Amino acid sequence: MIVFEDVSKRYAGGYTALAGVSFEIRHGELIVLSGHSGAGKSTLLKLIPVIERPTAGTVRINGQAVSRMPARSIPYLRRNLGLVLQESRLLFDRSVFDNVMLPLVITGHPPRDAARRVAAALERVGLDGRERELPAGLSGGEQQRVAIARAIVNRPSILIADEPTAHLDPDYARDIAELFRSFNSAGVTVVVSTHDATLFAASRPRRLVLHKGLLVEGAE
Amino acid sequence: MIHWLYLHWRAFAQAVGRLAAQPLGTLLSALVVGIALSLPAGGYLLLDNVAGLAKGFSGAPEISVFMAPDASTDEVRAIDGRLKAEARLARYRFVPRDTALAQLEKSGLGDVLGGLQANPLPDAFVLVPAGNEPELFQALAGELRTWPRVAHVQLDSAWVERLHALLGLGRSAVLVLAALLGVALVIVTFNTIRLQILTQRAEIGVSRLLGATDPFIRRPFYWFGSLQGLLGGLVALGTVWGVVLALRAPVAGLAQTYGTLFQLAGPQAAESAAILGFAAFLGWLGSAISVRRHLAGESIG
Repeated sequence: MIVFEDVSKRYAGGYTALAGVSFEIRHGELIVLSGHSGAGKSTLLKLIPVIERPTAGTVRINGQAVSRMPARSIPYLRRNLGLVLQESRLLFDRSVFDNVMLPLVITGHPPRDAARRVAAALERVGLDGRERELPAGLSGGEQQRVAIARAIVNRPSILIADEPTAHLDPDYARDIAELFRSFNSAGVTVVVSTHDATLFAASRPRRLVLHKGLLVEGAE
Repeated sequence: MIHWLYLHWRAFAQAVGRLAAQPLGTLLSALVVGIALSLPAGGYLLLDNVAGLAKGFSGAPEISVFMAPDASTDEVRAIDGRLKAEARLARYRFVPRDTALAQLEKSGLGDVLGGLQANPLPDAFVLVPAGNEPELFQALAGELRTWPRVAHVQLDSAWVERLHALLGLGRSAVLVLAALLGVALVIVTFNTIRLQILTQRAEIGVSRLLGATDPFIRRPFYWFGSLQGLLGGLVALGTVWGVVLALRAPVAGLAQTYGTLFQLAGPQAAESAAILGFAAFLGWLGSAISVRRHLAGESIG
């Protein structure tokens, strides 16, 4: 489903974030990506939705070389992916409902169907009844839940999360990890990076471990 | 198609929301655009009114064709026939030599004319061409001079030429003014949209991350620029109408002292639509340039 073929990423200035990384993620897998700070986790995750492009090698999703995809096609790729970043990246002048609605506005969903989907996504993350609130009034964990609801509202087949529990208390972090496990149980391919792999240990995920840009564990 | 219209409707609603969210800024921008546009619009209207006023004072321009004094009735009839077939004339009238003499006598010259043994005046035709263009007058006069038994052609077009020259000069000045102020308005919109892009940076980044295409991101800014221009156009129309209404009575009074009836006219429906369309276009142009310039390097990171 997701294939990295000898992928390297070198930034301007000469810093090498990834060096010759190869692995394959199959449909329905739960992947936990770990490694120390600066190991290349975020860079690797950014290559999947083509936020970054590799300097060498190829990234494929469902057989398509997305790393060579023309810029005009990238938005359509992203619509089929659920993205959750370390910071929730919510719009703080919009309600919870409007934040979760945004991906459906972008894809031009009919408003009534979109509203039903938003309600379902918020219920899924345990925020039903909080639609009219502004993100500033929510806790960090709740904000991250809104970001997750926004990521799943388009019903993606792949969910990518870059340290979604990084700034959360342990209790909140466990709740968020549980959410990702439940999505994976429903058949969604989940790729999540974390400093604390124990959060997902109960699901026996496949671990990919990066060290200084090299994949040192889990390549198969 | 419905999807495309829906996306435009959303972008339009978003742009209206942004305008409504900053009422003072929106009002000030509309005033800047409106006052700047009212200058060329008012200038155009002034020229239009001056052209009408000049017509009112001088009547329609004419060409007088004088036959040879010894031209026979048949020769005069032949000329009359040719004039009837001339498509470039709005109308014409025949002034027989006896009628001309009678009119001259009525004007107080009866005693002088009484001393003459015969009527010295020729038969004449007074022509009103179907147009005011000096070129038309020159062409017609040139041809008439070649017709048989035509002794003299008097062209009453000097004032037409002067008026056309003045109006042409005025139109050029208005065009230059419109172009300069148009550039200024494009710059104003360019800067407004630049600020909009800066304040919407987070939303643009998130939208791109979620799969928004460039047209999706750009559309609300295009609508914003166009609507801002349109509001400015409405202010310009209001300003022009305000000036017209304020000056209407004094101008009518002035015209009356010259023995003519004249009412200052405001912009007609087509002119109003042109002002609004031009204003909206300038707003769109400013936003398009700004969006192209400022969104090209925008990243989602």
